[in-house]
Amino acid sequence: MSSRVAAVDAVAEQRAAYVHIPFCRRRCPYCDFAVVDMSTAEIDIAGYVAAVQAEMAMEPLWQPLHAINLGGGTPSALDPGQVGSLLDTLHGRFGVTDDAEVSIEANPEDWTLDYAAALRAVGVNRVSLGIQSFSHSVLRYLGRLHTPKQGRAAIAAGRQGGIDSINLDLIFGSPEESFDSWRRTVIAALAAEPDHISIYALTVERGTALSRSVQAGAAGPDNDDLADKYEYFATKAAAEGFVHYEVSNWAQPGHECRYNQITWAHGEYIAFGVGAHGYRSGLRTRNVRRLDRYLEAVTAGTRPLAGTERLGGWERERERLFVGLRRISGVAAGDLGGEFLRSPDGRRLVDAGVLRSDDGRLVVADPLLTDAVARELLAFTPGT
Amino acid sequence: MTDPTRIRNFSIIAHIDHGKSTLADRLLEFTGAVEQRDMREQLLDTMDIERERGITIKANTVRIEYRAHDGHTYVLNLIDTPGHVDFSYEVSRSLDACEGALLLVDAAQGVEAQTLANAYLAIENGLEIIPVVNKIDLPSAEPERVAAELIGIVGGSGDDVVQVSAKSGTGIAELLEAIVTRLPAPGGDSDGPLRAMVFDSYYDTYRGVVCSLRVVDGHIDTGEQVRFMATDLIESADEIGVLRPTATAVKRLSAGEVGYLITGIKEIDLIRVGDTVTDSSISAEKALPGYAEPKPMVFSGLFPTDGDDFDRLREALDKLRLNDSSLVYQPETSRALGFGFRCGFLGLLHMEIVRERLEREYDLDLVATAPSVEYQAHLTDGTSAQVRSPQDLPGQQVLESISEPYVKVMVITPSEYVGTVMELIQQRRGEMGEMTYLTPERVELHYQVPLAEIVFDFFDQLKSRTRGYASMDYEPGDYRSSDLVRVNILLNGVPVDAFSSIVHKERAYRYGRAMVERLRKLIPRQLFDVPVQAAVGSRIIARETIKAQRKDVTAKCYGGDITRKRKLLERQKEGKRRMKMVGQVEVPQEAFISALRIDE
Repeated sequence: MSSRVAAVDAVAEQRAAYVHIPFCRRRCPYCDFAVVDMSTAEIDIAGYVAAVQAEMAMEPLWQPLHAINLGGGTPSALDPGQVGSLLDTLHGRFGVTDDAEVSIEANPEDWTLDYAAALRAVGVNRVSLGIQSFSHSVLRYLGRLHTPKQGRAAIAAGRQGGIDSINLDLIFGSPEESFDSWRRTVIAALAAEPDHISIYALTVERGTALSRSVQAGAAGPDNDDLADKYEYFATKAAAEGFVHYEVSNWAQPGHECRYNQITWAHGEYIAFGVGAHGYRSGLRTRNVRRLDRYLEAVTAGTRPLAGTERLGGWERERERLFVGLRRISGVAAGDLGGEFLRSPDGRRLVDAGVLRSDDGRLVVADPLLTDAVARELLAFTPGT
Repeated sequence: MTDPTRIRNFSIIAHIDHGKSTLADRLLEFTGAVEQRDMREQLLDTMDIERERGITIKANTVRIEYRAHDGHTYVLNLIDTPGHVDFSYEVSRSLDACEGALLLVDAAQGVEAQTLANAYLAIENGLEIIPVVNKIDLPSAEPERVAAELIGIVGGSGDDVVQVSAKSGTGIAELLEAIVTRLPAPGGDSDGPLRAMVFDSYYDTYRGVVCSLRVVDGHIDTGEQVRFMATDLIESADEIGVLRPTATAVKRLSAGEVGYLITGIKEIDLIRVGDTVTDSSISAEKALPGYAEPKPMVFSGLFPTDGDDFDRLREALDKLRLNDSSLVYQPETSRALGFGFRCGFLGLLHMEIVRERLEREYDLDLVATAPSVEYQAHLTDGTSAQVRSPQDLPGQQVLESISEPYVKVMVITPSEYVGTVMELIQQRRGEMGEMTYLTPERVELHYQVPLAEIVFDFFDQLKSRTRGYASMDYEPGDYRSSDLVRVNILLNGVPVDAFSSIVHKERAYRYGRAMVERLRKLIPRQLFDVPVQAAVGSRIIARETIKAQRKDVTAKCYGGDITRKRKLLERQKEGKRRMKMVGQVEVPQEAFISALRIDE
């Protein structure tokens, strides 16, 4: 086993925390995350930060954190002081390792040099910029408020502000986007020399404005178009030295996102804020999605849980495999994976060239078909 | 005992919707056989589907007592006949029990092909016919024109045509008098040994098998030992009776009378319709001329969409058969559709009714394979084999030739549509026979057409090309050698049995092309390229490719919401479980079903 592969599995022992900041200037048409639209609601951001800190105080003590991720929503809606205050609370209660990854998601229109430098000062060392595209028309289709120019400026501001690791999020496959348009976005993204790029296929999620318009007959993303664009990006990114390490993620060596790696290694993470999902001591938790309910619960001194799920035995092992499969290096097969490979469904996937066994690991040969494998794996019952 | 001279046995011959059941109701009501308060619309039609479709499936009889103008009371036995071409064998049974018939025609519609076919049948059987024009009160009624058509068929003059409105009751009194005065009394030998014809039978849950009976000679008494001459069964006549229309037991039925007979027999198969009942001790020498067994003409595989329903389907078919001996079926296994039955039907309507009854009365969800006819395969060793399913067709190396059943088709159409009707029939490989103008506006066309060409959508095509004005009837003809081939549909190289079809050589390409295109659209993309081919023997005549799925992955894990993602995949997998594996290809059952349903 190569040392890189060993490192991929070792992060399972590391601890992470997620903090959800739900506020957005407006909801994007494709988004189904827990979001509060600041254009329609009276927002008390300071109050929310205080509530999250109160929730943190209710979480039992834990080991020091190796990764912190502020996601959203739009975490860049917070001022640097609020971000610092949240990080301080995490420090105080759980501890944070010296080399911890402290990452924040930001919209390009919020991300100025001053803001970047101020976040750097409170301990943020990674930013994930919601660039999405370098095409005007695609940005408009996606309901984004920034321009391609603001996108480029944000990347530069991150560098100048001293942020160690800069990620670009791109969304591909909107019906508005021609292949040529995507090609230009990819070239522009690589030219900006980020440390990490995530590309997400536009997905029609239930209950979103996008889903409603597709149901009403508007064009939606097309799987062949998505595959073409994905493959084009993969080739270009590899040529620029990017390592493909998960279905949607590419990084310059050493810049892999640790928070996500912990998730895919089936490691544990605590989570705070509206609609946040945690996984600790084999228990999956999810918080309420509505802000008023969340504030109510926390103010009353109770955990704002909407539900929990405990996984045991084979289920937990099955989940480890299914989550780990998303990594390009695959997942250690273990007894269950080994048996699956020998089962008729497993053999069929191997015969079709979609799954392979690689030095005791299950590896999806074509990351674009990961769900085809995961589906069979989740349905597999050992001993049948 | 009723004096035979005071008995009139008759049927009503009519096209669907021309008002036969309403007329029957009105006759019952007028004669007081049914109290007004017990009137249900269309009393004679007992099955739900009959009532809904306005057609009669099983022959039913009713005894009416009528005091005529001559002061005598007459017994009128109305023997109901089915109005659809599929059931013409039942019509001929019913007519055999009668001396006369009312030829009932809608004053707005005119004579239709099936009516005409049944009228000819009645004339051949020597029945006296009273032409009746119904619905004369409709705004669009043309009673004079329709009366002229009727006279053209049965002869006579305009005065012989009785004009009624069954709905309002106009003309019913005149009609009853005409029945008494114009229809002959039954013949037969009242003093001879018993000969009674079983012209129908049905299964009653409480009573077992009930036979409909027409006494020709002698009499039958309750409790006597009777012998069924064809099967040589000896049984006690536990109950005999008449339908008024409710079953009323009587002590005796004598020559000329119509009624029912209940013995201890519980299995419908033991009674042969057309058999003669005689006295077991003083037996008649010769049985009455019987009937030919009705032959299934159309075959189709019926499969439950949920494989767990196979046993329920079997039970339902068994139950239906209790009252429908013309329904035949045997288990069939399909790779694509699982376990089901190959069923034989008298015709398309029969097939549709059986299927609907199975779905409605037995709550089954079914898929039917394309209807097929019974081919004769002539083999190189000189023998022949019946082929009711494409899978049964012997391989090309032992196959000398195939012949297929032809039917004699009669179409009646307004003359302006003659051209389009002829074109349709020629497309269906029909050979033209006679053509007769009933009136300058209406034409009767005769053709010999392969039955296989009729069973698809011929009737619908005929209707749509003539804006619903044409009508048709067909009767079995002979077998003729035809240039037929079996087209197989292959998925990833594996034949999908449900889609094999025996078709005329010239149609093979079109059928194959249509099926492969349809399946390419219906079958989801797989992890590899899947060829869909149509083949005649080893020759591929059409091919499509289902391109491999290129993307099957969600972009991200919803900010750590692993549970949701896992459940989504599990749900998707649940859907996949119901898929059938054919040659390594996962096919949703719905794809097979839709492919089969498109023709409907």
